[in-house]
Amino acid sequence: MEYTWNFASVFAYWDVLVIGLWGTVKLFVICAILGLGGGLVMGMLRYSKSRWISYPAMLYVEVFRNTPVLVQIIWFFFALPVVTGIEVSPFLAAVLGITLNTIAFSSEVFRGGIQSIEREQWEAGKAIGMSYAQSMRRVILPQALKRMLPPLTSRGIEVFKMSTLASVVAYPETLQQAKLIASYEFNPIEAYTVVALMFFIVLLPLVQLTYLLERRFGRSDA
Amino acid sequence: MTNAVEVRGLHKSFKDLEVLKDIDLDVAPGEAVVLLGSSGSGKSTLLRCINFMEEPTSGQVRLNGDLIGTEHGGKMRYREADLCKLRTRIGMVFQHFNLFPHMTVLENVMEGQVIVLGRSKAEAKDKAMAQLGRVGLEEKAPEYPSRLSGGQKQRVAIARALAMDPEVMLFDEVTSALDPELVGEVLKTMRQLAEDGMTMVCVTHEIGFAYHVANKVCFLHDGKILEQGTPQVVLKTPETTRVREFLDGHSLFKLPD
Repeated sequence: MEYTWNFASVFAYWDVLVIGLWGTVKLFVICAILGLGGGLVMGMLRYSKSRWISYPAMLYVEVFRNTPVLVQIIWFFFALPVVTGIEVSPFLAAVLGITLNTIAFSSEVFRGGIQSIEREQWEAGKAIGMSYAQSMRRVILPQALKRMLPPLTSRGIEVFKMSTLASVVAYPETLQQAKLIASYEFNPIEAYTVVALMFFIVLLPLVQLTYLLERRFGRSDA
Repeated sequence: MTNAVEVRGLHKSFKDLEVLKDIDLDVAPGEAVVLLGSSGSGKSTLLRCINFMEEPTSGQVRLNGDLIGTEHGGKMRYREADLCKLRTRIGMVFQHFNLFPHMTVLENVMEGQVIVLGRSKAEAKDKAMAQLGRVGLEEKAPEYPSRLSGGQKQRVAIARALAMDPEVMLFDEVTSALDPELVGEVLKTMRQLAEDGMTMVCVTHEIGFAYHVANKVCFLHDGKILEQGTPQVVLKTPETTRVREFLDGHSLFKLPD
């Protein structure tokens, strides 16, 4: 089958794509900060000795981990206004869906990371008079974060790519803009290929940066 | 004179298992006490009850006259904040060193001083260097623990505890995880501490150390103190067959003189 590739018809709309990329970055930054920060808190709640805290946290994690983000975004956009009467913008619906999902997944990373630190480290902190919070902040988390960096990097990449799901409620991120171009120019193959390329070009240096960070953190392991 | 450590009627149970059964123990200021006994005798648990790494099920602990916790209708109650404060007054050294691997040797020894005692970094650094000097490891200050031998790690752990200016030092089988040829440097450091007048309670299997350094030896068996006294008496002329068997087990394969 003959197919004439026509990328020029995509690049002609570069300004549309830039708007999309900006939308993607906005979603990524907000969802990554809220999602990973919230994940740390949720991870500690999951780790709590009290069942009144750890069980609800577990329920939250399982609900959001085992339902599709796409459906969550649709639900927040269409159903939440019906239930609460509050108007939800496409941006907010996407932020809610992606963030809550990221909290659920990253909390497991944080919990696992914290639990992977030997009991002896807690004891050492305790023995010099540290409180639980002091031990957590000064002894446990710095070590756990080092171990968690690779899985957290994966989470971050996942957030960046999940942002494309916001197109389901027509939020102007990269994929949504490519959809628009494709519907004007009938060039979906080229338009979506360009989206993939854009993601690759943005993400690859970011990931390299975290490798650098891992090496710096690794100093004490020599 | 007030005892540095005074334990009265101490019981400790883990679920249904009673590990310590009515322990009384006195440690005078400047005294080095060694707790002996086979594994499962409760000696480590007793040590850990002194600084409340384990909370006693019942009984009382005093540190230099201060009763730990408050009494409510015959039961002792402990506030976590009080226990944290207590632990700053008692140094503890562990079998597996438990140094903070993400900090340098110097940072390890400064950490508690700065974070818990609120000392300035400059003051903490001076104290840390002084204690590292005391254990002979000043030049290792900028290294990470992973670069040290087991014996050096343990001496850093001792310096970390000493830097808090503790009233009592607890040693929990601190040479058990070391290569035999590294045991000596740690025991020497401990002997020096004892000679400097540090009050110490040591759980150890080093009978020779107990004989030469301890002022008092307590032999635990089945959660009770079976015999106690000077090392010359307990280790040379034990009253009970249990202690004799224990000591015989330790000298089974001695080199001929």
